[in-house]
Amino acid sequence: MKVGVLDLQGDVIEHVRALEAAGAEVVRVKRPRHLEGLRGLVIPGGESTTIGKLMAEYELIPAVRQAVSEGMAVFGTCAGAILLAADIAGSDQPRLGLMDMRVQRNAYGRQRESFEAEVQVSEIPGPPVKAVFIRAPIIERVGSSVKVLAEYGGQIVMARQGRLLAGTFHPELTADRRVHQYFLQLCAEDAEGRGPGAGADRLR
Amino acid sequence: MPQTNVTEERGTWRVKKGLAEMLKGGVIMDVTTPEQAKIAEEAGAVAVMALERVPADIRAAGGVARMADPEVVVRIMEAVTIPVMAKCRIGHFVEAQILEQLGVDYIDESEVLTPADEEFHINKHEFTVPFVCGARNLGEALRRIAEGAAMIRTKGEPGTGNIVEAVRHLRRIHAEIRRVAAAPDEELVTIAKEYGAPVELVREVKRLGRLPVVNFSAGGVATPADAALMMQMGADGVFVGSGIFKSANPAAYARAIVRATTHYNDPEVLAEVSRNLGQAMPGLEMATLRPEDRMQDRSQ
Repeated sequence: MKVGVLDLQGDVIEHVRALEAAGAEVVRVKRPRHLEGLRGLVIPGGESTTIGKLMAEYELIPAVRQAVSEGMAVFGTCAGAILLAADIAGSDQPRLGLMDMRVQRNAYGRQRESFEAEVQVSEIPGPPVKAVFIRAPIIERVGSSVKVLAEYGGQIVMARQGRLLAGTFHPELTADRRVHQYFLQLCAEDAEGRGPGAGADRLR
Repeated sequence: MPQTNVTEERGTWRVKKGLAEMLKGGVIMDVTTPEQAKIAEEAGAVAVMALERVPADIRAAGGVARMADPEVVVRIMEAVTIPVMAKCRIGHFVEAQILEQLGVDYIDESEVLTPADEEFHINKHEFTVPFVCGARNLGEALRRIAEGAAMIRTKGEPGTGNIVEAVRHLRRIHAEIRRVAAAPDEELVTIAKEYGAPVELVREVKRLGRLPVVNFSAGGVATPADAALMMQMGADGVFVGSGIFKSANPAAYARAIVRATTHYNDPEVLAEVSRNLGQAMPGLEMATLRPEDRMQDRSQ
């Protein structure tokens, strides 16, 4: 299965390696033409204002929205989660705005407040995942179409709306590949969440 | 939902190194005022370096260059939402304590300022805030990492607008990494001795085929083409010191250098963003620098 990693800025190579280890064929996406034929796209960690501005040029925001409407799944980590949110507290920065949720940037404070912790993700069986939070946002609230998958310290840290997945931490910085495997399962499902590959015909 | 474990760890190696990973592919810009910081953020900088004077002005002013006034640093932190870095003098661990207290996101223990200790660097393991340090070769990079640096930048020659030293240092580090990667295990202890680096880190370089932390380029980037050159040569990102706010049109230069760093492999984009920028910062020829003016040679 072919998936992409948005390659404008951020920890791109960590996601590429994690997805490859989870069994995907990975392409790097810098321009809209690189989205062709992708079942999923990861928006990596990085600086959300930088990535958003660079997406706004070369027409990547409408191109990604179009690909999502045609069935592409998206997984945003940290900066990627911010760019997926419809509402970013106190900011008018460029974004995809595809998920019905409100995020707050740098919600834990500055770098000295960045931390690692263990987080149980409801749709990922087994032990908790090691979650690395770096100047992380929180998901303040979600709409009725969004399912909360994980909380930490009373705050939402992972949520899903159909095949759009947002996490405020960095699974790509650890050796545990379960979160990326979970995302690849979402990529393989059809829009109604039926079995892997069931919706392949409808995508075109 | 099962109970989450609420034991959290701050200042871990993964968290310190992790922020540098998030800055990759980006441009970190020197700024001296909140207004400049906003111009940098607006242009797409991934972080700013708060300081009192850019390197070109430090060079011109002479005298002892110290940590910036905390008031300047705080006002810059209040002006932008992106990470803020600040410089302390080499070996000046009290300046570092003050910067950590202020809440800066990264400390640059920097040869651009006048060294406080000509023999020893700061023990950076003692801090929660991560550090970046300069290096001209693999041994220097690994010594800084051994002291706790979670990010490296090649030194170049700051404040010159001349890319030649940045190129020299990145090529040298990569050549030395290639040598380590190709060396049989029995040669590693001798290579470590030759480079003056801990053998554990030399072994890690062999295993990874690269430095164990992110490596940005610094010291001489003045144009979008300079930034793309360093990226094509394998830098993880670039620091731009004087190159932006000593140019004729800082906002245009800042924006163009950000785009060139992202699309470093796309000559179509590079040609487009390089047009009509006006005058770049004035440059300095290396041969005109007296030995005591070479910032890169301060402490090794």
